[in-house]
Amino acid sequence: MENLINLLPELWKAAGETLYIVGFTLFFGGIGGLLVGLGLYLSRAGSILENKAVFSVLNVLVNTVRPIPFIIFLAAAQPLARLVVGSGIGNNAIIFTIALAASFAMGRIVEQNLLTVTPGVIEAARSVGAGPARIIFTVLLPEALGPLILGYTFIFVALVDMSAVAGYIGGGGLGAFALLYGYRQFDPVVTWAAVLLIIIFVQLVQFLGNRLARKALRR
Amino acid sequence: MSPTPLVELRNVSKVYPATVKGAPDVTAIDDVSLSIDAGDVYGIIGYSGAGKSTLVRLVNVLERSTAGEILIDGRDVARLPERELRPVRLGIGMIFQQFNLLNSRSVARNVAYPLEVAGHDKTKRASRVAEMLDFVGLADKAGAFPDQLSGGQKQRVGIARALASSPAILLADEATSALDPETTHEVLDLLKRVNREFGVTIIVITHEMDVIQTLATKVAVMDKGRVIERGDVFDVFSNPQQSASARFVSTVVKGQPSAPELEVLRARHGGRIVTLAFRDDTVDQSRVFSEFSRDGVAFQVVYGGINEIQGRPFGHLTLALTGEDATIDAALDRVRAFTTVTEVR
Repeated sequence: MENLINLLPELWKAAGETLYIVGFTLFFGGIGGLLVGLGLYLSRAGSILENKAVFSVLNVLVNTVRPIPFIIFLAAAQPLARLVVGSGIGNNAIIFTIALAASFAMGRIVEQNLLTVTPGVIEAARSVGAGPARIIFTVLLPEALGPLILGYTFIFVALVDMSAVAGYIGGGGLGAFALLYGYRQFDPVVTWAAVLLIIIFVQLVQFLGNRLARKALRR
Repeated sequence: MSPTPLVELRNVSKVYPATVKGAPDVTAIDDVSLSIDAGDVYGIIGYSGAGKSTLVRLVNVLERSTAGEILIDGRDVARLPERELRPVRLGIGMIFQQFNLLNSRSVARNVAYPLEVAGHDKTKRASRVAEMLDFVGLADKAGAFPDQLSGGQKQRVGIARALASSPAILLADEATSALDPETTHEVLDLLKRVNREFGVTIIVITHEMDVIQTLATKVAVMDKGRVIERGDVFDVFSNPQQSASARFVSTVVKGQPSAPELEVLRARHGGRIVTLAFRDDTVDQSRVFSEFSRDGVAFQVVYGGINEIQGRPFGHLTLALTGEDATIDAALDRVRAFTTVTEVR
């Protein structure tokens, strides 16, 4: 317990870093996921921009990346991280790698959420002369907004999970904190403190997500 | 010479390639030609799977025909690229069985949608939306969301939306099939007003004959992707040429009794059973009946009825006749002079 009190400044710093990592990955991974999901949805058979080749490539890509355990993906994607963000280690490298992995995971969720939009509504938009871009922004995304918010809330938890291994490549955050000061120092109290913070964090975001989704669904 | 029809289909076909390798292609529309004049309310009737919904989607090219020409106001739109189709579609409104309203938008913003697509500014949109909601009687629901409306109200919003961009043509795809009978009649009355007050040409797809009866002026009967019969609603109703058409007509109009019905009639009534056709007022019923009573032939109306379409009466009456065979024959001969008599043995 004394250790924990001494480590409090470190704990807050780690919490801040987790927020930082998760915030940025949610942003970039969210955009990536939206693009992948839209790509999958729009190119699938019978959709407004049906394209077999695009769909097959995206589909195989998503199915390839998603099952790779994140810790392995982290190592495998290191050269790519070096190329894109200039370094294979540190917070920027972890943000890049999580965002990349999350794009594919989120892509599948976005695709599924978009599939809940009744095809008839899209047909109605087409019948008044709306083009694909207009349909995406005025029909698909607004009609699927409620489920999409819930999907993003769901992926948020996965991001917190992924961010926990940041310590392996020199990143920070609550995961690294728990490993370094709790697990390796045989101090479960320190580990539990990190766990508690993560739980509070996740609960808050889930609560917020549910509220926003309910508002979007007007229920 | 008649003016150019507003919508004309010339030898149109739609073939879906087989989904499974080796299976035959599916012909949804098979060499259909139709001509619809401005101001018509044109009904297309058929059982599910007859190709009606596909046919109507070929008109605004939501689905591409695989052969033939589709002329809208004389211009073939069948092969136009998607981009050039958009202004065409603004001129063709469409309403749906499941209404297809945007749940994320209020009633007013649903109606405004085609106007946004057409690029009208906010003030113009607002005044047109108000005008349309007023027309369909939902001015007080402008701020409501679709899930707060009843089915009939949703379809009225659908109609307001379909007409917002002032199209010349309205496609109604089973527009009343999800509604109860009373609401159906409200919506049909509204569509009648759309035709009368705005002069909008309406193409109605339905499997319900009473929709055709109340709304349409002309009708085409579809079966297995083909149009098997077409004409004025009155002609098709009073004298269907094809058995499929006759079956549809019989759902709303009692014509000649079917074989099992005949058996029941025969068991219940003695004597000879004849069916007389009445059409318009060319046949004077009282004259027919007086021919029978003159010779002492007793008659009883056992089946049928007289209906009215567009103010013109028609129908079939089946009579059970009792009396001397020779007198009945003589009476029937005289009646045959002014109406069709079918004797069922």
